[in-house]
Amino acid sequence: MVKEKIQDKEQWDIEIKPETSAISLNFKELWRYRDLLLMFVKRDVITVYKQTILGPVWFVLQPILTTAIYVLVFGNIAKISTDGLPKVLFYLSGIVIWGYFAESFNKTSNTFKENEGIFGKVYFPRLITPLSQITSGLLKFVIQFLFFLAVYSYFLIIGTPIEPNYYVILIPLLIVLMGFLGLGSGIIFTSLTAKYRDLKFLITFAVQLLMYATPVIYPLSSVPEQYKIFLLMNPITPIVETFRFALLGTGQFSWLYLAYSFLFTVVVLFFGIIIFNRTERNFMDTV
Amino acid sequence: MSDIVLKVENLSKLYRLGEVGTGTISHDLNRWWAKIRGNEDPFGVIGSTNDRTQKAEKGESVWAIKGINFEVKKGEVLGIIGKNGAGKSTLLKVLSKITAPTTGNIKIKGRVASLLEVGTGMHPEMTGKENVYLNGTILGMTKKEIDSKFEEIMEFAGCAKYADTPVKRYSSGMKVRLGFAVAAFLEPEILIVDEVLAVGDAEFQKKAIGKMKDISSGGGRTVLFVSHNMGSIRKLCNRGVLLVNGEISYSGNIEAVIDNYLSEGKGDLGVPLVKFKESNGVFQPIQLQIKNRSSDELTNTFSSDHAILIQFSYRTTEELHNMRIVLAILAQDDQILFTYSSHSIEPALKEPGEYVVSFTIQPELFNTGNYKIRLHAGQPGIQLLMKPDIVGSFSVEKFQKSSNYNPMMPGYFAPELEASY
Repeated sequence: MVKEKIQDKEQWDIEIKPETSAISLNFKELWRYRDLLLMFVKRDVITVYKQTILGPVWFVLQPILTTAIYVLVFGNIAKISTDGLPKVLFYLSGIVIWGYFAESFNKTSNTFKENEGIFGKVYFPRLITPLSQITSGLLKFVIQFLFFLAVYSYFLIIGTPIEPNYYVILIPLLIVLMGFLGLGSGIIFTSLTAKYRDLKFLITFAVQLLMYATPVIYPLSSVPEQYKIFLLMNPITPIVETFRFALLGTGQFSWLYLAYSFLFTVVVLFFGIIIFNRTERNFMDTV
Repeated sequence: MSDIVLKVENLSKLYRLGEVGTGTISHDLNRWWAKIRGNEDPFGVIGSTNDRTQKAEKGESVWAIKGINFEVKKGEVLGIIGKNGAGKSTLLKVLSKITAPTTGNIKIKGRVASLLEVGTGMHPEMTGKENVYLNGTILGMTKKEIDSKFEEIMEFAGCAKYADTPVKRYSSGMKVRLGFAVAAFLEPEILIVDEVLAVGDAEFQKKAIGKMKDISSGGGRTVLFVSHNMGSIRKLCNRGVLLVNGEISYSGNIEAVIDNYLSEGKGDLGVPLVKFKESNGVFQPIQLQIKNRSSDELTNTFSSDHAILIQFSYRTTEELHNMRIVLAILAQDDQILFTYSSHSIEPALKEPGEYVVSFTIQPELFNTGNYKIRLHAGQPGIQLLMKPDIVGSFSVEKFQKSSNYNPMMPGYFAPELEASY
């Protein structure tokens, strides 16, 4: 007994045990692998558009084409209100900020399946992979956002009545919330799909459906009172609304709603990391 | 502080057999329901207890490895050998944190890098240089570390000229060399290497083995090496672990482990009396006896100063002309050491009946080691009566005449020579 005690005092750097505590996120380890995160981002950026003619122009082309279709279908045919804003600006702002969530969620919700090969052969903190995905998504977002700002400046110059206000300083926070919300829900889904493949069929159209439950193609103000509560339960709603409010001066902004989004993100991220960590320990046996 | 850098205690890993993924929801719901009612996990019977006897009965789960214990000291090169399916890869996967163990634990000092595959994560569209950085960081290096070793890596791989060419244009050999080169310049305290050297040409394999030897002896680092190639194991490792059906069946000096591995799975070869199965041909082997010639005792362990008596008895049901029994002695690696045919001592009697043929091997012939007995019988040009088959084995311990220091010399034989100045 005494002998065992002495041995236990020996300094071991790593201990591998069958079970670990629920929250075993090792930030020190994550930090040590930061270069890997950057390499993954670099890989994603370099390889996605290799051997394409237009290259990164696609980053911008996607929102342009989507906006054009939305203007035509929702604006001109369905005649959905845009809160008195130019249709192009209204849709483009929604598409750009929503796009970051969709990208983050879609990419991270495939983490285990996509990286089976690497995960089966070498250990590194698995969380690096989804983190790198939201980082490369962020680069894409930045390009699209710059494009949006260009269009936005054009409308400002020609004297469109849009009112940017001090709330623009919230935009970095909104972006972080979007990224982490996508990450949190994405890693929950990828953990579940590691075992239950059925969910992947859900994911592909869940994001599309969720967009209709978010004021992307319509303003929150045009929603009848009795449905508003459901839209406000969607944590992405306040983020999109705040984004539009800060830049365009219309939409509904409330600290309360934003705080709700913030809390929701924290909770989703927290549970996401717990589930993700639990899954990563044994997922190689189930895929 | 001891210099043990890796300590594995009672490590086991349970795998569920059959198709994982079908019926998991219903299983999980069942489990969950049982938990709510406070019952035992209905599917966890085998998983929750480390009861080895249950494995065979229920075919639902299987222990890929069970009750593994070993320690590795700093600078040691441990060879892990075993047949396919013995649990080597599972052990490495658990050691390198790819999958969690079911029971037991592993304690490690220092950084671990595992090389279960060459060039993990390399992307064909990226250049050689980019891939070195990508692969290096995946293996746990920082960008700074790679910066300082980049030239050496490219040189070792022999790809310096192609640093800016996408890897998809590389030959498969170049890809492997590049992947190994990155790993070779890792500087972990513990390096885990799976069968990766099976690829690449002989020259590169030699280079790779040399590099690994440098890592362990020069750098004082620890290497765990899995291979089916006994040659590389022998060259590289100083200690070994033999896995059989997920358990350590032998561990110790690498030569002894290899011997054990090579003699593994040969059934009841280790006994001095082998009874043959009843047969009803014209030639029916009955039994094989291995005896100490001087004491006439059944045994199959000998000191080299004793004569070995091998007696084979058989029954014939017809007259078999010109029949002979051929005895061959083989070394552990199936190298035939010598063959002896009974044609010169052919009995005059040819009528059906029971016969015993005795062979005596003189003392002072074999070196320390395990040897196998192979027998066959036939009538040349007419028929084969008994296929050549390894039927028994014996071991010899070299008898040392003088009490001086007597190191074990290599070789199958160790006869006493007449030597003089």
